[in-house]
Amino acid sequence: MATVTLRGLRKSYGPVEAIKGIDLDVADREFVVFVGPSGCGKSTLLRMIAGLEQITSGDLLIEGARVNDVGPADRGLAMVFQSYALYPHMTVRQNMGFALRLARVPKAERDRKVEAAAAVLQLQPYLERTPKELSGGQRQRVAIGRAIVRQPKVFLFDEPLSNLDAALRGQMRIELARLHEELQATMIYVTHDQVEAMTMADKIVVLQAGRVEQVGSPLELYHSPANLFVAGFIGSPRMNMLQSEVAGADATGVAIDVGPGARIVVPVQQGQVRQGDRVTLGIRPESLAAYDEGQLAGTVRLVERLGGMTLLHVGTEADLPLIVQTDGADVTSAHAPIRLAVDAAACHVFSADGLALPHLATHRLVARPEA
Amino acid sequence: MAVLLLWMIVPLVMTVWFSFQRYNLLDPSADAFAGIDNYVFLVTDPDFWVSLTNTLILLASVLAITVGLGTLLAVLFDQDFPGRGIARVLAISPFFVMPTVAALIWKNLMMHPIYGVFGAIARAFGLEPVDWFAEYPMASVIAIVSWEWLPFALLILLTAVQSLDHEQREAARMDGAGVFAQFFFITLPHLSRAISVVIMIETIFLLTVFAEIFVTTSGGPGNATTNLAFLIYARALLQFDVGGASAGGVVAILLANIVAFFLVRSIARRLEV
Ligand SMILES: Nc1ncnc2c1ncn2[C@@H]1O[C@H](COP(=O)(O)OP(=O)(O)O)[C@@H](O)[C@H]1O
Ligand SMILES: [Mg+2]
Repeated sequence: MATVTLRGLRKSYGPVEAIKGIDLDVADREFVVFVGPSGCGKSTLLRMIAGLEQITSGDLLIEGARVNDVGPADRGLAMVFQSYALYPHMTVRQNMGFALRLARVPKAERDRKVEAAAAVLQLQPYLERTPKELSGGQRQRVAIGRAIVRQPKVFLFDEPLSNLDAALRGQMRIELARLHEELQATMIYVTHDQVEAMTMADKIVVLQAGRVEQVGSPLELYHSPANLFVAGFIGSPRMNMLQSEVAGADATGVAIDVGPGARIVVPVQQGQVRQGDRVTLGIRPESLAAYDEGQLAGTVRLVERLGGMTLLHVGTEADLPLIVQTDGADVTSAHAPIRLAVDAAACHVFSADGLALPHLATHRLVARPEA
Repeated sequence: MAVLLLWMIVPLVMTVWFSFQRYNLLDPSADAFAGIDNYVFLVTDPDFWVSLTNTLILLASVLAITVGLGTLLAVLFDQDFPGRGIARVLAISPFFVMPTVAALIWKNLMMHPIYGVFGAIARAFGLEPVDWFAEYPMASVIAIVSWEWLPFALLILLTAVQSLDHEQREAARMDGAGVFAQFFFITLPHLSRAISVVIMIETIFLLTVFAEIFVTTSGGPGNATTNLAFLIYARALLQFDVGGASAGGVVAILLANIVAFFLVRSIARRLEV
């Protein structure tokens, strides 16, 4: 049972507070991803868990035991660094066996463990090479191998794929997911790339400026973002955000005029929102579709054809920019007039303080019902 | 290119030429081809072997002290502590003191049994002041030369320490390496190239240490601190035996080349890494 628990964790660098009180539960064998923009404190938080950074206040528990004052080597964790941090003068074998050597594990056993880990990562042919004789992807695998050899309770990854090219990144994503399944280990993974977060995580923690914005499964965050920040951060292309005014609110939802005579009713709880309030309407690009009787009229400004899908950049009559995601066979050309249908049930409404109004119904792919 | 060649070759050829001549400044008419007499005279001269040994002792000791202490200080100065900037400047400043001046400072202000700081300290503790240059001449010279070269070693090694990827050290910490394991397994291998460079450059200069000896001990007492450079000087300008001095010079060149050959080879191998 390798659980990790964070209770009111804080970190200050002098007068600057980098981590501003974080509570989190990481379950056994869970793959948790910390995601957020650069400088939001992801690495700092991970390094606090690793023991490389002093905890200013709060409690860190691993398997239920408080480890604030336990050294990094004795917490039973292994970390894969962004720069890989391989020891340049040691061979792959020595790199992977270094922790065991320091722990005075006999050479035979050490070799056996290193070779087992190398087999999992297809590194056997490279065991006698030094890191500089390896490609980026192979170095990455050695760094992971060095972690596996120690058989840690929890794996920590700090942006491990950010130095790889796109193709290799895709491949390593799959490999990491496979490893997670094979090793049955708890993993905490830091990235600024929401695609990595969405594809690998059991649970995503969205961080901003040292605070947790939302915790949830990838689809929970996608379909029920808690606030404007999460809505804008998760999903690519970005959610369209329209500044609007509430035309009416009742038990069936909040009505918003998206254009002259074009009213949609978004099925969300009305809460404190009243007619006339300023709100932000969030529409995912795939919730818009070209449709002759659509509510929204506009002009196509730019067409991006990605092959499998096409992105239409549309300016509405009210001159609001919208991105529309259609299929790859779409023949719409630039500068053409267009009418768009809005899937009101998939829209989001954010009140003036940036918080989302909860949907009346839960998305069918989101297991956990909203509170 | 040709100029460069002449520039290097002419003094060398002349030195080799004189080393085969009987050529004494006191009796210029007596010049004649001497064959290997000068060399025979040299290798049968006990002073020569003593000076050769002294040269190597001085070289090895100063290298050991500056590299050892330099590495230690470099690692310490890499840590964060209040006043680090000032400490670094102070530690590096002796490098800018001329050898002659350095030797004079040490001779008169530090090690002098009556006026020196060490003597004062010894008296403060009620001890008999030590006359360093009389009692421990070689150790004194080694101390002075080390003091001059430590800043150089420190400067190079500190730059190297700072270029160490801090994630590497953190990875080692997570792997369970304590302070010493980190030093021996991570820092020291990382410094090996810089250490080789320090050794090579210092060797070139340490083989020809002269001013420090000239100013402090003049090669004495007896021949206790006479190294090759000083022996050549003594032969040529105190005994006016240019032939013998040239032979000593050739030996010094050979020695420097042998040492340099091994050093360059081992370092070139390192630099490939
Ligand atoms: N050693 C440090 N001293 C001072 N501030 C730091 C230090 N390390 C990180 N910070 C600050 O903490 C914040 C979070 O940094 P970091 O965790 O590296 O962000 P991320 O990994 O999310 O990009 C940043 O604003 C950064 O400036
Ligand atoms: Mg980071």
